[in-house]
Amino acid sequence: MTFFKEIIQLLKKNIRDYGMFIALFVIMAYFAIATDGVFISSRNISNLLNQMGYIAVLAIGMTLVIVIRHIDLSVGFMAGFLGAIAAIALTQWNLPVALVIPLVMIFGIFAGLITATTIARFGIPSFVATLAGWLIYRGALSQATLKTGTIVIPNDSFNALGNGYIPDLPLPNFLPGLHKLTLLLGVVAAVAFVISEISSRKKKMAYDFEVLSKSMFVVKIVFMLLLLGAITYVLAGYNGLSWTAVIVLAVTLIYHFLTTQTYLGRHIYAVGGNPEAAELSGISVNKITYVVFGSMGLLTALSGMLFASRLQSATTTAGTLFELDAIAAAYVGGVSSAGGVGKVTGSLVGAIVMMSLTNGMNLMGIDISTQYMVRGAVLVLAVIFDVATRKRV
Amino acid sequence: MSVPILEMKNITKQFPGVKALDDVSFKVERENIHCLVGENGAGKSTLMKVLSGVHPHGSYEGEIYISGELQEYSNTRDSEKAGIAVIYQELALVPEMTVYENVFLGHEIRRGINININETIKQTVEVLKKVGLDVNPSTKVKYLGIGKQQLVEIAKALSRDAKLLVLDEPTSALNESDSENLLNLLRELKKEGVTSILISHKLQEVISVADKVTVLRDGQSVITLDGHNGEVNEDVLIKHMVGRSIENIYPDREKKPFGDVVFEVRDWSAYDPRRGRNLLEDVNIKLKKGEIVGITGLMGAGRTELALSLFGNPVGYQIKGEMLINGKPVSFSNPHDAIEAGLAYVTEDRKGNGLILIQDVKSNITIANLDRITEGGVINENAEIKDAREYTESLDIKTPSINQKVLYLSGGNQQKVSLAKWLYVQPDVMILDEPTRGIDVGAKYEIFTIMNSLVEQGMSIIMISSELPEILGMADRIYVVSSGRITGELQKEEADQETIMRFATM
Repeated sequence: MTFFKEIIQLLKKNIRDYGMFIALFVIMAYFAIATDGVFISSRNISNLLNQMGYIAVLAIGMTLVIVIRHIDLSVGFMAGFLGAIAAIALTQWNLPVALVIPLVMIFGIFAGLITATTIARFGIPSFVATLAGWLIYRGALSQATLKTGTIVIPNDSFNALGNGYIPDLPLPNFLPGLHKLTLLLGVVAAVAFVISEISSRKKKMAYDFEVLSKSMFVVKIVFMLLLLGAITYVLAGYNGLSWTAVIVLAVTLIYHFLTTQTYLGRHIYAVGGNPEAAELSGISVNKITYVVFGSMGLLTALSGMLFASRLQSATTTAGTLFELDAIAAAYVGGVSSAGGVGKVTGSLVGAIVMMSLTNGMNLMGIDISTQYMVRGAVLVLAVIFDVATRKRV
Repeated sequence: MSVPILEMKNITKQFPGVKALDDVSFKVERENIHCLVGENGAGKSTLMKVLSGVHPHGSYEGEIYISGELQEYSNTRDSEKAGIAVIYQELALVPEMTVYENVFLGHEIRRGINININETIKQTVEVLKKVGLDVNPSTKVKYLGIGKQQLVEIAKALSRDAKLLVLDEPTSALNESDSENLLNLLRELKKEGVTSILISHKLQEVISVADKVTVLRDGQSVITLDGHNGEVNEDVLIKHMVGRSIENIYPDREKKPFGDVVFEVRDWSAYDPRRGRNLLEDVNIKLKKGEIVGITGLMGAGRTELALSLFGNPVGYQIKGEMLINGKPVSFSNPHDAIEAGLAYVTEDRKGNGLILIQDVKSNITIANLDRITEGGVINENAEIKDAREYTESLDIKTPSINQKVLYLSGGNQQKVSLAKWLYVQPDVMILDEPTRGIDVGAKYEIFTIMNSLVEQGMSIIMISSELPEILGMADRIYVVSSGRITGELQKEEADQETIMRFATM
């Protein structure tokens, strides 16, 4: 009996955190049924992850921007522009991929810092500053692709970013039809997860802190393992883990770590929660603004390259409306424009939710005009849910 | 004698937990200047808010009569219609609009759906003449000095045929000649049939201008004096203002000799470019190890501005002067430097710029000194929980857990979280700005006890407070601030409320 009580209590306490996952589960289950299982086929899930990669990366950066009470409208065309720069660097400057990727990322950071300067140094509202950026990068993108129009990228290793998969282990006779390395990584991740959970629980108990009851702890571990196992199995059933998925996972893990475990993360959320109090606590609000917009620029560069790689070319309209998709994903994922609230993992889930809607409705053959309205409704519902649950003590 | 223009009978106004006004009766004769004095929190502003309809009929007990007629205002528009105009400390002008637009804001002279600008300007010129203000009515208000803005505000009231002007601390932001001007204007207006109620902390000014003076204390009207038969002087006013018995709510502290001077400022001045005036002038302060120094003064005297200017100056005043810590000159370019140098500042407005309300107790306690629990930029969460628990327990913060959002704690406990946060930086000098504002007597006692134990451990405290009893109860030495200057320095033994009030109204 106490076991169920604990479950209910946990659900009540963490409804905000779990709500998004529950919503995602419901949406996925609905599409799975409505499309006779096509939606959750290995091939489609793999596709879906590749489709949402460039938005997910932006949404993660946008989360921090919104957390510190700003907004960045310029990231769409900035991503398009930086993708074009990557294409030019590869095709016209003939630079190797290994140099182009870090170079474009540095450009991205630089562009982000320029945005931050207008906001932190000159005190322009971020909405206006980045609206100007939206125009400027749109022009810059047009200019970059002016001579050639669409720049086709013939570089296979660059194009693998958006289309390729991690290689498989050379064991043709072992488990045919499944991607062995993906399975192996899944197992490694599972083991690492279990070990870290157990050690963290032990440490907490050593300090005499509150922990989940033993049965609840086991249930949590089993649940997470099942989830991880299911994802791994589904992905291994097609081509395995894509490079895009690897990048998104890596970015999510790094940002999750930065925001939850470090000094810097704490400072970012403090600035978002109460800038005056943060300043008086010895935190430089300006410095945090530079860091957050610099990171946004970095992720914008990554997003731009992912998109260019996926299309295997830089187009004149690349990046159009990315910024709004990223903002929507962040809001669906639970960030608050009042500042100081929002998790990068939430935004990742938000991005998956939005992309699932598009993908699922496409599979069902639903008209694009209806799709927009459904996505709009989901955005509003998500935020209403968020606001309603936040009022609780 | 004629019917008084205003009579407020048995007004009682209750806020949750406090009786702001307790059976106050207040009568103002026609064509008088009637001054209202009292300490901060005595109920002056609340009384005027009842009068102006900010606190509508039904939210208070008692009756209001204007020229003998019972009034029941449900909002400020009603009181304006009855001829009452209130001019608040923070002026209610729109800086980006012109003088004439401001004067007729809300009761524009119309011609059809248009505004009749020519007529507006003509009438504005007339009313400006009445208040003795010689400016172009098309000037934007933001280009006028604060003294002239005040006159625009009065012109605005006169243009609505106000018969009763209420001025809340009108001279607190003005220099002497502007103040004198304003008082003369009130005398002039009196001749033309306008009655004024003047709330002021400056007793000299009250004595010079008042026909009648009413003293409020702790929400009760103590006495009304006549300004013309010589019974009003500073001593009498101060005695009535502070005359309450002081309960012994101040815990005793072991008497120890103080150490060396740990903190000192010399000839410290701060100029605020936004307000265009000096907030602090030639302030000299010393603080010894193990000492509690009190800084007191009336509202707007520059107490909080002083604290901010010392603590890394985050608002960007232009500062002159010297600061010494342990005898060595230091200068801070931001609060971070100040914290590094061993200072801590518990702000007056704990919700506004003290705490991060949406974050939990734990994060609020550690935020100003994450160094203590980070290694290589990574926070050791377990160490953080341990430290937060330790501070929560030692300050006896009542919270269900350290994961509770600060938002949901009581005022007293929020204040203790604030203290814990700054104790966590292990400072040598702590500036406490209004440490007991808005918290109950029990919590006050606990805060005082904490302060005592801190100085016993060798910390030094600058305690800024507008509540004289607590300054007298806690401080070893007292500086009195008035208009940005230190007007008096008193040892604990020689200080009493009357003396402090005298310096504070200088």
